[in-house]
Amino acid sequence: MPPIVDPLLVTALLLNFLLLGSSRLRSLIRWIAWQGVVLGVLLAVAHGDHPGPRTLALAAVAVAMKAGLVPWLLYRTTRQDALRREVEPLLSFVSTLLLGGVGTGIALAFGSTLPMLPEHTTVLLVPAALATVFTGFLLMTTRRKAITQVIGYLTLENGVFLFGLTLSEAMPAMVEIALLLDLVAAIFVMGITVNHIYRTFSSADTTALSALRD
Amino acid sequence: MNLVLHLLLLTLLPPLMGGVIGRVRALVAGRRGPPLLQPYYELVKLAQKSAVISPTTSWVFLAGPVVGLTTALVAGLMLPLGAASAPLSFTGDLVAFAYLLGLGRFFTSAAALDTGSAFEGMGAAREATYSALIEPALLLGMMALVLSTGSTSLAALLGGGAPSPLSVAGAPLLLVGVSLFLVLLAENSRVPFDDPATHLELTMVHEVMVLDHSGPLLGLIQYGAWVKLTLFAAILVRLLLPLGWGPAWADWALLPVGVVVVAAGIGAIESSMARTRLLLVPRMLVSACLLSAFGLLLLAR
Repeated sequence: MPPIVDPLLVTALLLNFLLLGSSRLRSLIRWIAWQGVVLGVLLAVAHGDHPGPRTLALAAVAVAMKAGLVPWLLYRTTRQDALRREVEPLLSFVSTLLLGGVGTGIALAFGSTLPMLPEHTTVLLVPAALATVFTGFLLMTTRRKAITQVIGYLTLENGVFLFGLTLSEAMPAMVEIALLLDLVAAIFVMGITVNHIYRTFSSADTTALSALRD
Repeated sequence: MNLVLHLLLLTLLPPLMGGVIGRVRALVAGRRGPPLLQPYYELVKLAQKSAVISPTTSWVFLAGPVVGLTTALVAGLMLPLGAASAPLSFTGDLVAFAYLLGLGRFFTSAAALDTGSAFEGMGAAREATYSALIEPALLLGMMALVLSTGSTSLAALLGGGAPSPLSVAGAPLLLVGVSLFLVLLAENSRVPFDDPATHLELTMVHEVMVLDHSGPLLGLIQYGAWVKLTLFAAILVRLLLPLGWGPAWADWALLPVGVVVVAAGIGAIESSMARTRLLLVPRMLVSACLLSAFGLLLLAR
């Protein structure tokens, strides 16, 4: 893989930290959109200087979905009056940031012990994928709002997308299209769920789901 | 010759940073602003005044400003300001550098506590909290440099041995650079960590600790603060523009220019953003630590 991949992966990892550290829903959506842009560019440049038209089209679709459609849907949700603009963490931002740092460190250490093709060991691809998946887990488990959990799912999906890049040489369209379809289906299901949570509890606080009442 | 140049830079350059920061802030606000040499005039003015010393204070009150300035100046001897070597250089002096500054901070806080004022105690507590969070960021960043150069002396770390942060091999050092810039802002009580121009004791962090100092003592504190700011700016300049790519005079000329650029950057930040809430400061400092640690991990791979 060309050396330009590494700075892009580092940018994606930095965006992970920004996702963990931001306290406003809008900035959270902005960072996830930027991560989508970075991943789209990664897909376009990952296979040398002259990407074919199919790769370029896939990258364009990925950017349009990850940085266009999905953030726009999320942004529309944040305009609902009942939704407060702050991210409500169950664990403080500082501890999630530290956990994210530890997770990234473990991913970097673990990623280099995996048996991989030689062209994947020189770049950060697999560690970055593991770290991004871990960040998604953290976001999903330590934030209270349903919409932040959706964003956590998106981050997790971005990690899977990074993992998919290792396979994209063999079967590019298959992997990416399957991933993107998954994403769209999941976002629709989650959109409906978030709406239901709203309607039932008149807030998107998921802790209300674990309390029993008549 | 090198020594003389080093001492001249170390002693004469610092107040200029204050002048540049003030000028940039004024220009952004649409004013003309004070002359660039204003901090020098203020230091001369303060030196001519007499100091009022409260009878409840002890020698610690006097030691605060004196130790604060001397530790900053001694730490400045360990940095390669222009030539590849520093006047005072030994193995592991980066730890001495960090803890000389720590010693200065300790005495400033002790002098603040010595006055017995409630506000100053609060400022000292905040300063101690900040410094506990700044230290890992600084040392982790330095460790990244140690890894990339294989030496533990500041003169070698910043003396051109490290790869340029703009190359692929040095890209992690760019993260360290960002982290060190955050450390610079926090360590020197600049916006967004602290507002040096505030007039409300409750919101002060550093300024509240020096409320009782006056005259020459206040001058020493301000001069020490400028020296410390210059040290951090010099580290940044040397990190981003390693020495030894041109003739010797270019290395010497690069430092003041770079320091002025850093000062202009600080001025731009101060005029474009507000101070953050106190509760957010730990989060930003932890992020700086993580940036340093991340750069370190990338280099260690």
